[in-house]
Amino acid sequence: MSIAAKTNTLWEYANPRKFLATSERVLPFFWMSSLLCLVVGLTWGFFFTPDDYKQGSTVKIIYLHVPAALMAINCWLMMLATSLVWLVRRHHVSALAARAAAPVGIVMTLIALATGAIWGQPMWGTWWAWDPRLTAFLILFLFYLGYVALWEAIEDSDTAADLTSVLCLVGSVFALLSRYAVNFWNQGLHQGASVMRAAAVTGADTEEKVSNIYFYPLLLCIIGFVLLFITLVLYRTGTEIRARRIKALLARERLNG
Amino acid sequence: MIPDLGKYADAVLWSYAASLALLIALVVFSVMRGRKVRMEMEKVENRMTRNG
Repeated sequence: MSIAAKTNTLWEYANPRKFLATSERVLPFFWMSSLLCLVVGLTWGFFFTPDDYKQGSTVKIIYLHVPAALMAINCWLMMLATSLVWLVRRHHVSALAARAAAPVGIVMTLIALATGAIWGQPMWGTWWAWDPRLTAFLILFLFYLGYVALWEAIEDSDTAADLTSVLCLVGSVFALLSRYAVNFWNQGLHQGASVMRAAAVTGADTEEKVSNIYFYPLLLCIIGFVLLFITLVLYRTGTEIRARRIKALLARERLNG
Repeated sequence: MIPDLGKYADAVLWSYAASLALLIALVVFSVMRGRKVRMEMEKVENRMTRNG
């Protein structure tokens, strides 16, 4: 199949009926696989990995903190992509997908901030520091709250989609900063990437990276979080599509008297 | 059986408790709202079909 044909197939999912039919079909697989990966990954990490020689048992927090932080950033990037699709092609499903993803992003950011604070207290001696990465994450969290509040505050859904899409574009700066702040400003308490660093995986650099004993269960947890995110976004987008249809039906009913 | 977490037991257990509680709340809330909206849509569709 050519790229143009593949792209056309992708746009078919802008049709709410097609989207609902496909998501209903794939959702059971995503629910089960995300649950399986999370249960196995977290059980493996919590019960069957040793304490770290420096960090003791707090290393077990990595199985929640890293996947949640990754998803907090990637959720916003997904919202950015769907917002751009809305702004350019005016597909309602894409705007609703962004709306559906935002609460998932809020929870992921909250988990990353909470576990980071709980982990930071015994390791750094403080719950919080105005470190570039931590601050960027806090601002990202506030952007998520603002995004959801803006959707709720505006009656007309097309106007709400327009304004939230612009907000999403602006907030993307902080989504990227929360990932790369450590590289931009070489200061603060938070370490640089030690898991998802291509040069560390290939062995091209000599900086410290997470040991394989922790990496494999962590990878499973990351896959579990990604699958859970996809599951929730598909499910919640379906809910948003139905809620929009109810609004349209009620408006038609009122018009008909 | 919970492994021996030493002096950091509180930090580890609080992290897991808070994160799992947030994840479960998100899933439960999403499913509950999904079901409610689906039922409401069916009700509106049925009413509109009946009324022509």
